[in-house]
Amino acid sequence: MNRVLDIEDLRFTWPGQDEAVLAIERLTIAPGEKLFLHGPSGSGKSTLLAAIGALVVPQAGRIELCGQDLSSLSRGGRDRFRADHLGVIFQQFNLLPWLDVTANVTLPCRFSRARARRAGDVEAAAARLLEGMDLESSLWHRRADQLSVGQQQRVAAARALIGQPDLVLADEPTSSLDADRRDRFLDLLFERIEEAGSALLFVSHDRQLAVRFDRVVDLPEINRAAMPA
Amino acid sequence: MTLLRLAWHSLLNRRTTVMLTIFTIALSIALLVLVEQLRQDVRDGFYRSVSGTDMIVGARTAPVQLLLNTVFGIGTPGNSISHETLEHIRDQRMVEWTIPLLIGDSHRGERVIGTTQDFFEHYRYADRQSLEMAAGEPFADLFDVVIGHQIARRFGYSVGDEIHLAHGGGNVSLHEHEAHPFTVRGALEPTGTPVDRNLYIPVNAYGVIHVGWESGVHRPGSGLDPDEAREQAHEHEPEEISAVLVGLTTPAAVFGLQRDLNEYEAEPLTALMPGITLQQLWRLTGVAELVLRAVAVLVVITGLLGMVTVLLTTLNERRREMAILRANGARAWQIAALLVFEAGLIVAGGLLLGILLAFGAIYALGPWLLEVFGLAVGVTLPEPWQWAVLGGIFVIGLLVALAPAIMAYRRTLADGMQVRL
Repeated sequence: MNRVLDIEDLRFTWPGQDEAVLAIERLTIAPGEKLFLHGPSGSGKSTLLAAIGALVVPQAGRIELCGQDLSSLSRGGRDRFRADHLGVIFQQFNLLPWLDVTANVTLPCRFSRARARRAGDVEAAAARLLEGMDLESSLWHRRADQLSVGQQQRVAAARALIGQPDLVLADEPTSSLDADRRDRFLDLLFERIEEAGSALLFVSHDRQLAVRFDRVVDLPEINRAAMPA
Repeated sequence: MTLLRLAWHSLLNRRTTVMLTIFTIALSIALLVLVEQLRQDVRDGFYRSVSGTDMIVGARTAPVQLLLNTVFGIGTPGNSISHETLEHIRDQRMVEWTIPLLIGDSHRGERVIGTTQDFFEHYRYADRQSLEMAAGEPFADLFDVVIGHQIARRFGYSVGDEIHLAHGGGNVSLHEHEAHPFTVRGALEPTGTPVDRNLYIPVNAYGVIHVGWESGVHRPGSGLDPDEAREQAHEHEPEEISAVLVGLTTPAAVFGLQRDLNEYEAEPLTALMPGITLQQLWRLTGVAELVLRAVAVLVVITGLLGMVTVLLTTLNERRREMAILRANGARAWQIAALLVFEAGLIVAGGLLLGILLAFGAIYALGPWLLEVFGLAVGVTLPEPWQWAVLGGIFVIGLLVALAPAIMAYRRTLADGMQVRL
């Protein structure tokens, strides 16, 4: 019962298509757990993330996020729930180019009162996280699009963590980084995740990274829909 | 608050297109405000000139024509009325004062009007203001001329200068009353009415200088020299005048007198009440005003459509922005609201800038309009109903922005958190 994420008998078909994209019997994440989800493109990982983010509603099965069955929520309720409990890092282009770095980091607190409350002094929390992600204070008030790709990913990580969400979804966040910067990024991300006490669902096709995680799940293995017929 | 700030930053990011859009809307608003203000100013300007006159009487013609000709110098003068008729009007019990007007001659294209001392005494304009002399005094001699403010300014005349009058109107006249130079005796303070552009001479001088001009041109060797003229002036009281302005003791008497004069048997007359005749004039010009307004409204619509176009074209490039906002907790309606807020800021900016542009234009063009058209314009704050129209435009701006907003709403729902390149 004590799970951040609990997926049971999930089945999802995109409207207008015959075949299901997702058919997952069970997937769970414990609080604070760092899960590596290996999935090549086409394995349904984007859809899975959208479902966990409550942006799409599965036809069958149950997704429980922090003990809350997502399907029982209204559309507005799902939006609020996502804002309160999830941090998200994309592959790249995570930031709003026309806001400065700090404003980008505090963005989730503008939409979620719960995140803002947990962050306390929002600006100070942003500063702490940025510092923790090894970004110099001279960058904090620059426009986001003036930063390098590596810096932008670290800002995105700081944003995903502000207000200590229960779960951070990371969708190939290191794919645009070279090996050195990738390792450094993961080091910092893990440190901050542990500080925040958040769980991490890290999706990647790069198996090399898997060793650093608590647990590894192969998406094609658990997703029967994607299995070749 | 959050959304408004986000909208503001997002607009700032696209400031070039946004500024152009704001400017487009501002121009359209400026046009609308200008049309409305000038319309009002023209009407006020006309009312100003006749506000103290209860009735104008002239030979039978259309009231609008008589009014335009006698007061505003628009159109050609019509027939005259006899001196006896003038006396008849003067003799009416409820008539407080009369100002005879004799129109026909000109000076450098401006109208020379023959009148009496009564003009300076009784004529009222705007809020019952009387004429004030800026310099000199009203007529003292037969060959005195009193000039309006614009005449003094434009031609640089001052008291004591001698000028010649031209026979008939028009800018260039081949026939001047050379034998009878007039001396500038006084100059009037500005009034913001056609008075500023007129020259006034004693009505008797009109008669005198036209002795020997009976055929329309000067018969050589005929006419009176100025001294003879002064002696005989009383004999040359003009037998006919162009029109007469009438002031009444009680305004209520106006209807009875008007009926009597319109049915006057000795000669056919038109007696008009300036306010009512102006209403008739507005009914005539109403169509043109309507067209101007319609054009202005269409231009405003064009401006708003331009804004929607800009918002729609940016939707594609902003798809990523929307996905980022969504992933960070923005609800779909908030994304839509963001676009509506942006439109609101643009339209508000356009309205503000447009009003300022219009006021600036009025301020800058005011002196020129007064100079060339004798039209006194001023910056006046829009009336409540005009504020309501401007507010309505703001609301319409928000409403048309619903189109891109709804598109963004649908799209964010479909896109979810996926960031597409």
